[in-house]
Amino acid sequence: MSVIGTSVTRKEAPNKVTGRARYTDDVNVPGTWHAVMVPSQQAHARIMAINTESAQNVAGVKAVLTGCDVAILTGDVIEDRPPLAHEKVRYWGEPVALVVAHDEASARRAAGLIEVRYQPLKVVNSIQEALAANAPLIHERISEYQVATPPAYPKRASNLADEANVVKGDVDMVWEQSAIRVQVRVKLPQVDHAAMEPRVAKAEILADGRVLIHSNTQAPYEVQKLLAKYFHLDPGQIIVQVPLIGGAFGGKATVHLEILAYLASKAVGGHAVKIANTREADLASSPVGMGLEADIGLAATKDGRLMAAKMRYFMDIGAYADSAPRIARAIAAQCTGPYKIEHLHADVYCVYTNHTYTTAFRGFGHMPMTFAIERAMDELARTLHIDPLELRERNALAPGDTTPTQARLTRSNLGDLPLAIDHMRTLIHWNGPTPRVVDDRHIRATGVAAFWKTSSSPPNAISGAIVTMNGDGSVNLSIGAVEFGAASKTTAAQILAEQLRIPLERVFIREEVNTHVDPEHWKTVASLSTYMVGRAVLDAANDLIRQLKDLAATVLRCSADDLDYGNEKLFVRDDPSIQLKFSDLALGYKYQEGDSIGGQLMGRGHFMIRHLNLLDQETGQGRPGPAWTVGVQAVEVEYDRMTHQYQILTAASVIDAGRVINPAAAVGQVMGGMNMGLGVASREVIHYDAQGQFLSNQFRTYRLMRVGEQPQEYRVEFVETPQVDSPFGARPLGEHGVLAIGAALANALSSAAEVPLNTLPLTPEAIWQARRRRLHYDTV
Amino acid sequence: MRSLTGPQAMTLTINGDARQVVVYPGETLLYTLRGDALGLTGAKPGCENGDCGACTVLIEQMPVKSCMVLTVEVEGSDITTVEGLQHAPIQQAFIDHGAFQCGYCTSGFLMVGHALSQQPDHDQGRLVEWLRSNICRCTSYQEITDAVRAVCSEIES
Ligand code: FES
Ligand code: FES
Repeated sequence: MSVIGTSVTRKEAPNKVTGRARYTDDVNVPGTWHAVMVPSQQAHARIMAINTESAQNVAGVKAVLTGCDVAILTGDVIEDRPPLAHEKVRYWGEPVALVVAHDEASARRAAGLIEVRYQPLKVVNSIQEALAANAPLIHERISEYQVATPPAYPKRASNLADEANVVKGDVDMVWEQSAIRVQVRVKLPQVDHAAMEPRVAKAEILADGRVLIHSNTQAPYEVQKLLAKYFHLDPGQIIVQVPLIGGAFGGKATVHLEILAYLASKAVGGHAVKIANTREADLASSPVGMGLEADIGLAATKDGRLMAAKMRYFMDIGAYADSAPRIARAIAAQCTGPYKIEHLHADVYCVYTNHTYTTAFRGFGHMPMTFAIERAMDELARTLHIDPLELRERNALAPGDTTPTQARLTRSNLGDLPLAIDHMRTLIHWNGPTPRVVDDRHIRATGVAAFWKTSSSPPNAISGAIVTMNGDGSVNLSIGAVEFGAASKTTAAQILAEQLRIPLERVFIREEVNTHVDPEHWKTVASLSTYMVGRAVLDAANDLIRQLKDLAATVLRCSADDLDYGNEKLFVRDDPSIQLKFSDLALGYKYQEGDSIGGQLMGRGHFMIRHLNLLDQETGQGRPGPAWTVGVQAVEVEYDRMTHQYQILTAASVIDAGRVINPAAAVGQVMGGMNMGLGVASREVIHYDAQGQFLSNQFRTYRLMRVGEQPQEYRVEFVETPQVDSPFGARPLGEHGVLAIGAALANALSSAAEVPLNTLPLTPEAIWQARRRRLHYDTV
Repeated sequence: MRSLTGPQAMTLTINGDARQVVVYPGETLLYTLRGDALGLTGAKPGCENGDCGACTVLIEQMPVKSCMVLTVEVEGSDITTVEGLQHAPIQQAFIDHGAFQCGYCTSGFLMVGHALSQQPDHDQGRLVEWLRSNICRCTSYQEITDAVRAVCSEIES
């Protein structure tokens, strides 16, 4: 039986239900020392003095570091971030000093004794304030910054870290000629990844110069490369180990605590040092997800054909750029949503503010972007009196079309949105967007929204796999993708089992990643591991099969071409009774006389992304990712007209998954994604006060969904249009549950409350305010 | 009354075993459990503030957030951690219903679900009320509630 398309239990499941699954902070070298950071109590201020004397005198304290001790700038794209604030602080919670002590309690006590004298500067507390004429500059030396990973164009004497543009067709002419135009302005706050496991990193510098890093990173090979670069080490000297990760969502793909852990260890002669975020630090000091404000203009014909789009996106990236320039390009490249718009102009701005800096968040910018475009699509449907699903279907991109950046679309790289929409109609018994009255207070409405997403990766992203055989014919699989809950290890094992035609139980896969041992995988992000790792695993499996056949051919005195395999055996095709077991060959073949040939069989495989390129600065032209995943989502709400509270009755997704490798895991990913997307849309928000103080630094102030608040019912369906170059046709799926569900919620509530709702989160108060504003406008 | 300054030697009853530990008066149970001496790292720190429930253990069969309890308070109490669940039905139910992804919240939810299933009354309202104490960022909650409900109704019948 095929293991592809079967709901197998994830490999690490037994360990996860017994407390035996080990995460980074569960295993510590005895005697590990502790580092604690001192967070800034100002959002924007000059550092006048730091008094560390009383901290140094606390018993057990081994070192105290400040920005003056660390003269480097870090950053994935633009090198703009000092690991410890230097000369000034740019957000509340920014690490200002680091205390290393024998134990955590002493380190904390000492950290509390460090006095920082600030001279407050005017706080840039919003995108508007950042872009205002005479706005205070957050980075005075912006023009001196190195761009480590082009493209990125920091603008001198401004708060603009970068700008990405896409131009296609003749937007101005077509805009003027179009019969219908709608304009929507959306506003989304910064949000947090809120993985249940806070970030943690440990570093030790061995006597032989090797650096051991343990952390819960999604990007172990990036940690290796960047530490080597910042501290002038050989990448091979740095060994990064990552056990199971307790949730990531993009927030663990950037290098943050690892740098501090290394600095701490170096300051104490290489002793093992750990730095573990408290929840408060994980929220306020480590990077969050960006805020977004966008103006979307759509022009269409009277029968609802999209003609032109004018869009401006402003990202609240916070104090440092991190991966914002790459997210900006992802937004630009997919700015139209999954719709054909031949004439468009989109500008995406990365705006520095004195908010916590931001990094990738599940969906890599596509969630807020999709919210913007899908609110505009619903406004267009309302204006035109066209069924919103119909409007989306009519404008869906098709094979032969090109993307905003003029990448050519095929059935394989695009998938089939109209088919997904068709399935959605049946799945939710679609009756149109008109609300249904339940009683004199309650009203029910359904909203829909569609999405597409490609997996932006560098044009040279790589992956690898190594398979070794055990004496009994079972295999060990080594890959560089980490496991944070998306079942990436299990999926890789399934692909290997399928290709070798052996049961899944005969594939052993390590939970941990070790950069010293496991072949490099770019980063476990962008839902790309099935595609990239999967291809490498297939390559390794084929390599192993070749070796098995060659050895068997020698022993059986036939040609390798005469051989086939199955049931852990190789056999002669036309006479299967002539056979050898995998176990006879795994560690070399031993003849009856005792002499032997072969050796341990091991397959190696690799994969490199192909045919991608960087987007052109002027037009954005280029190919941003290998393929797109498309889908449509729907939300049914019951809305209380009196209190503006609402219940989510149903949340539904139909996604073109290409080929579903593990149905139960896939449904779980999508359901969990919907829950997260609905949490973000309905309640999650990072609040800053007027001085830029981060107010949402606990789970009682940063509120997440809890049991009982989730939709009463989830419905998930997949259509399967194979992505031909992907293992078994599978498309990326891990992030997609979140992408359009918030927009679908806003669309449902907008029709229930009879007011456009374009601001997140959609709290009852926000709905009440929107209605009040509307009432006010209507009467004046 | 016993004075509580400096390290205290005491005996804790954990998963049926008497364990000798030396703890500081200000030490949370979560800290003691996870420390080198006991090494019971199934209970996880998620907030150390009572908000997330990842640290949940049972004290006298009732779920308690171990980050909110001082170890010195539970001397003599019967403490059960996830490591003490021996083939409890809730464990297989979590696997069958796909009630975890990253698994970080799982120990805590298992303990709440297990304790609830041992209660005489576990109607829907109670189930929601109990499970609301914990947070999961990966799943949709439906998987977790389905798993807990399945175990509760199995015990009933
Ligand atoms: S760690 Fe105890 S409730 Fe979060
Ligand atoms: S499974 Fe990851 S937080 Fe619940």
